[in-house]
Amino acid sequence: MRFLRWFLGLVIVVAVVYLNFRMELSPMMRAINLLIPSCFMCLWRIYKGPTPADRIVALDIIGILIIGFCGILSIFSNRVFYIEIAIAWALQSFIATIALAKFLEGKDFDD
Amino acid sequence: MTSNILSFLLAFFWWIALSWTFNWQFLLVGLLVSLFIAWAVGELFTRNPHKFKQPSRYLWALYYLVVFLKENIKGNIDGAYRILHPGLPIRPGIVKVKTKLKSDAGLTYLANTITLTPGTFTMDVDQENGYLYVHWMNVVTEDTDKATEIIVAKYENILAKIFE
Amino acid sequence: MTEIIAYTLMGIGILFDFIGCLGLIRLPDLYNRLHASIKCVTFGTCGIMLGVFVKHGFSDIGIKALVCALFLLLTAPVSAHAISRAAHLAGVKPWEKTVCDHYEKDK
Repeated sequence: MRFLRWFLGLVIVVAVVYLNFRMELSPMMRAINLLIPSCFMCLWRIYKGPTPADRIVALDIIGILIIGFCGILSIFSNRVFYIEIAIAWALQSFIATIALAKFLEGKDFDD
Repeated sequence: MTSNILSFLLAFFWWIALSWTFNWQFLLVGLLVSLFIAWAVGELFTRNPHKFKQPSRYLWALYYLVVFLKENIKGNIDGAYRILHPGLPIRPGIVKVKTKLKSDAGLTYLANTITLTPGTFTMDVDQENGYLYVHWMNVVTEDTDKATEIIVAKYENILAKIFE
Repeated sequence: MTEIIAYTLMGIGILFDFIGCLGLIRLPDLYNRLHASIKCVTFGTCGIMLGVFVKHGFSDIGIKALVCALFLLLTAPVSAHAISRAAHLAGVKPWEKTVCDHYEKDK
């Protein structure tokens, strides 16, 4: 049963990659299409997660993935401001994660 | 006073790295802001500024960077193998390891290195007794001394030469 | 030539991002998920940033990308440590096949 599920997942991944390189798209859209399924998996974990800590982890991972999106955009479009957005997002995401972890621990923000 | 000068250099270096524009207006604003920061909070960040003057520490830091990158790549390939394998070959557990490091910076870098290298991440640090609690994805041994030999010993000697 | 190296680094980064998010779904409990996701996703995003640096060289984009990768390498382990400690103190149980839990014993 477990092996069957693993094989089904492999088939889906191969189909998505094949379709992505078969259709006529620009290289930037191809790279972004390869990164979007990761975001959907994180969203599934946010929807499903049994404990609040799982949701916080998935939120943190989505923050890091958005930094990756900014990197891909700046590779293909030669603009500076995407990287600046990435740095600002990294700072903001780190502080949000620390604050949520503090909140999860059951303490207030001032100790 | 040394500590103030160090803070000024660090702040000015970060200003240049974050705004890669060599215009005299940018440089003037950066100079003023860095001077203000060094005057206001310069003595908070460095407690032992004499450590920055010894050049052997920088050479050990370069060697440590090479070791860290190698272990990081190895750890990522190991983690990818465990995720992609259909049978999930994991055997998780939380073990306790010992460390000799005492300083704050040394402990921080040791914990971060353990987190980014194969199969382990740090959960909590007990600074008074020198213990680290480490979650291990594939537990080989539960004994504290043997686990210390496997997980910590590689990085601890190098970090002691950099930060202690 | 530099473009080929940059695109290869970007491809490796995207692959490791995907593997990390797959681990977020497949692995059984919070601590193992934290392992897979933090390590692989940080490495993948640093790979993409390294690709940006190789493509653009020592211009403003390249230097800022290096700064961003350095910052990511410094902060991601700290957030993983904070989340795991808070979750253990809040009472999230490890997986039932966990071998040993010395942190619970010493608390």
